Amino acid sequence: MNLKTSIIDYINDVKSGAFTVEEFTSATIQRIKDVDGDVHAYLSLNESAINDARIIDKKISAGEKVGVCYGFPISIKDNICITGSKTTCASKMLENFVAPYTATVVDKLQSEDAIITGKTNLDEFAMGLTTEFSAYGPTKNPWNLKYVPGGSSGGSAASVAADECLASLGSDTGGSVRNPASFCSVVGLKPTYGLISRYGLISYANSIEQIGPVTKTVKDCGFLLNVIAGQDSNDDTTIDNENSDYLIDIEQGIEGKKIGIIKEMTSEGLSPEVSDATKNAIQDFEKLGAHCEEVSLPTIPYTVAAYYTITSTEAGSNLARYDNIRYGYDLDSEGYEYNSYISKSRAKFGPEVTRRIILGGFVPSAGHAGKYFLKALKVKSKLISEVNNAFEKYDFLISPTAPVQPFQFGEKIDDPVTLMLLDYNTVTANLTGKPAISVPYRVTDGLPIGMQIIGNNKSEKSLLRAAYALESKTELPEVPL
Amino acid sequence: MTKIGLEIHCQLTELQSKLFCSCKANYREFEPNHNICPVCMGLPGSLPRLNQKAVESATSIAMALSCETPEKIAFFRKNYFYPDLPKNFQITQLNVYGDMSIGGEGYVDVEGKKIKIRRIQLEEDPGRLIYEGESERTKITLVDYNRAGTPLVEIVTDPDFENPRQVRVFLNILSDLLENLGVSEPGLEGAMRADGNVSIEGGNKVEIKNIGSFHDLEKALHFEITRQESLSERDIEIVQETRHWDDRRKITVSSRSKEEDQDYRYFLENDIPWVKIDQETITLLQKDMPESISSKKERFVEKFDIAPQVADILASDKYYSDLFENAHSNSNAKDIANLITTDLMGLVDTKEKREESKLTSQHLSELITAINDKTLTRTSSKTALQEIVKSGKSVKELLTEMDLSQVSDSSEIENIIIQVFEEEKQAVLDAKENPETVNYLVGKVMQKTKGKADPTKTLELIKSKLS
Repeated sequence: MNLKTSIIDYINDVKSGAFTVEEFTSATIQRIKDVDGDVHAYLSLNESAINDARIIDKKISAGEKVGVCYGFPISIKDNICITGSKTTCASKMLENFVAPYTATVVDKLQSEDAIITGKTNLDEFAMGLTTEFSAYGPTKNPWNLKYVPGGSSGGSAASVAADECLASLGSDTGGSVRNPASFCSVVGLKPTYGLISRYGLISYANSIEQIGPVTKTVKDCGFLLNVIAGQDSNDDTTIDNENSDYLIDIEQGIEGKKIGIIKEMTSEGLSPEVSDATKNAIQDFEKLGAHCEEVSLPTIPYTVAAYYTITSTEAGSNLARYDNIRYGYDLDSEGYEYNSYISKSRAKFGPEVTRRIILGGFVPSAGHAGKYFLKALKVKSKLISEVNNAFEKYDFLISPTAPVQPFQFGEKIDDPVTLMLLDYNTVTANLTGKPAISVPYRVTDGLPIGMQIIGNNKSEKSLLRAAYALESKTELPEVPL
Repeated sequence: MTKIGLEIHCQLTELQSKLFCSCKANYREFEPNHNICPVCMGLPGSLPRLNQKAVESATSIAMALSCETPEKIAFFRKNYFYPDLPKNFQITQLNVYGDMSIGGEGYVDVEGKKIKIRRIQLEEDPGRLIYEGESERTKITLVDYNRAGTPLVEIVTDPDFENPRQVRVFLNILSDLLENLGVSEPGLEGAMRADGNVSIEGGNKVEIKNIGSFHDLEKALHFEITRQESLSERDIEIVQETRHWDDRRKITVSSRSKEEDQDYRYFLENDIPWVKIDQETITLLQKDMPESISSKKERFVEKFDIAPQVADILASDKYYSDLFENAHSNSNAKDIANLITTDLMGLVDTKEKREESKLTSQHLSELITAINDKTLTRTSSKTALQEIVKSGKSVKELLTEMDLSQVSDSSEIENIIIQVFEEEKQAVLDAKENPETVNYLVGKVMQKTKGKADPTKTLELIKSKLS
């Protein structure tokens, strides 16, 4: 039994009787026990995982109908709610929050017989790019434990990379799935806005974020998308995906497709290693029969500023509800006046969250909104029309997912602006609502590099085809853990 | 010249569910915090789901107030911290970047004067704070979230009122209109609330908040006008501010708290996509729109020859007009209208009485038939009506059970007249001398028959006996 398997291979093995669901689940839990002390991908584990596995095995041996997931183990980012389990957002603020309901995505997974292994670590409230802002300690990069795994879904990406599950669900507000996928050498997708229900995802910047799959292979990503995508009556922003099958024709290739290499994301600011990998990737795309050429999107230099302005505004509002009155952590309200109580209770937020709440109070405020928030919205709409224009001409837009490779802990945490620039290549997909995927492309000096492919709205099918084609050109080492 | 403007909040009490979840819009029947769910409690990860019916009800209101309605609407977040607000922001509407609330630019005709409706917006009601404890030391604040998320329509007028009396007339018209539309029951506690703003010639605008009832609103407006006038007489500047109505002392008090100049950092609520209100919806709503009060009144007067005051009462009160419309045939319409406005009104003048009442429109038409064919006198019909409201029995049942049928048998009446003449000798003498006083004797006969004697026949018999 090999834990380094893909979902698709796992399902075939279980179906053929190579091993039972319980055997695989036990081995996965053993793996978590062995490595998670070092990696710290998980914040909490599902105690009933083995039991869930036995139930599925029984169904299989009794010849009953089994869900399409056949009990493959999947981890869930700890900002997605599951009934009865703690959902902390890696914050002290929600230390004791137990959700009374289950997110639509988890609901769909469970009804298709996936097994939840546990909840994974993140930057507090998904604000960060390294998981160093988790209130429960950082996750380490399985490729090198001295290096950051990326963020904010660092726990999700690390858990997949370290074979502590076969897949994970993260959330992507400005790159939070793709960035750690790139840093940990796994596949990460930010789908079209509205493709996947956000019901049960704890909001950070609700107008641009999406739940996204983190997997070992592109095909697994398509498989997961088949299970979790689609309109949801609990989320008015979801869109109809016409029950698309994202695996059909995934091997079709990209012969004759037109690819735009985003100039602003590939010229300046890249490390030499990432720059070199990108050049190579472009050659690979050419070899696959696609036509690549450079395209300039002049608004891109303004996107990071716009992104932080918009997300801070929404975060300030979305996080206002954490006053510890209805749920949260232990802090007796006896003797406090309301305002002094919430000042006291909200002091539990960590430094990055606090920074963004303060920003979020300022940039949309009367007298400043015109200079910041409204201007950011203008950048957003300008960017949308620019990117839409580009898609008139190109099938895909590409760039490296992150401008640099993983770096060491503590290297950038005290420099918020440098940290923010790590988002430079990823925020465009969020601000425009377009789908974007990070594909593991290379491991240089023992550290991964991922390539990003951006597609037009609801083009996940062809986006996955392109990602699969690129994936087939790569040969990557195994994680040394 | 005094200028008064209003900001009215009206709950859409007739809807089944809250604005963004499936909890009950009628929160009143629940134990505290028993009409809540993850959505209206604003739990992390929950998302609002817009109640389309609320959009329709609010659009109907806008149409009934002659407003313009937009082709699509958006919702905004109004950000402020308050314990009754589960998300610490309220989902509401705003008219900033073009007209995007549910309606605007309407008017209401108040005694010939057009009161302009500036805008109407759809929003969620917060929860409720309940204060307990006697002394400052033991004082506690309890929060009940049952109300949180109840669909609320805010109606803002221009400062077009010249005096508090016009305000009262307007609020009566508005409350009747909302009830007639079938979207709200304004009589329910807290279903309709109003704040006002007042400015006098040369002075700044002062807003008054925290007003519990329409009655208090009128008092508060009177107080505020007097206060501003006396300042103005002494050349003291009237500052622009928000004042709170102190219900106990019946005065307005300046609220110095910073709360009032809060920056709400409004921005789009992106969890709710833009809502299109297409022509089809508008046409359907127009089709389903109940007849307006004024056209009802006109119809009652013209078609049935009902007195204008009577028609006004019937038309303005949906309960009465529904009873009336279901009870009458063309020939007895006027009688039924009169029966409702004279005899019935006192019996069912409150919401509680209406809820308990067993009366149906069937009863009313039966009663009028019985009166018109003289099986029942007007006096007995009052007794019968009381009993019907109480028990719901049919008129036929009551006639036998309560012995109410009219006595028109001459010999029976004559026997009673003989008794009365025995007992009222002086009155008989008086009547012989002065025929005007004969009614006293008729009254006595009616008393003895508990009103059942046919009054015309009784008078005839007494007159013949006297002569």
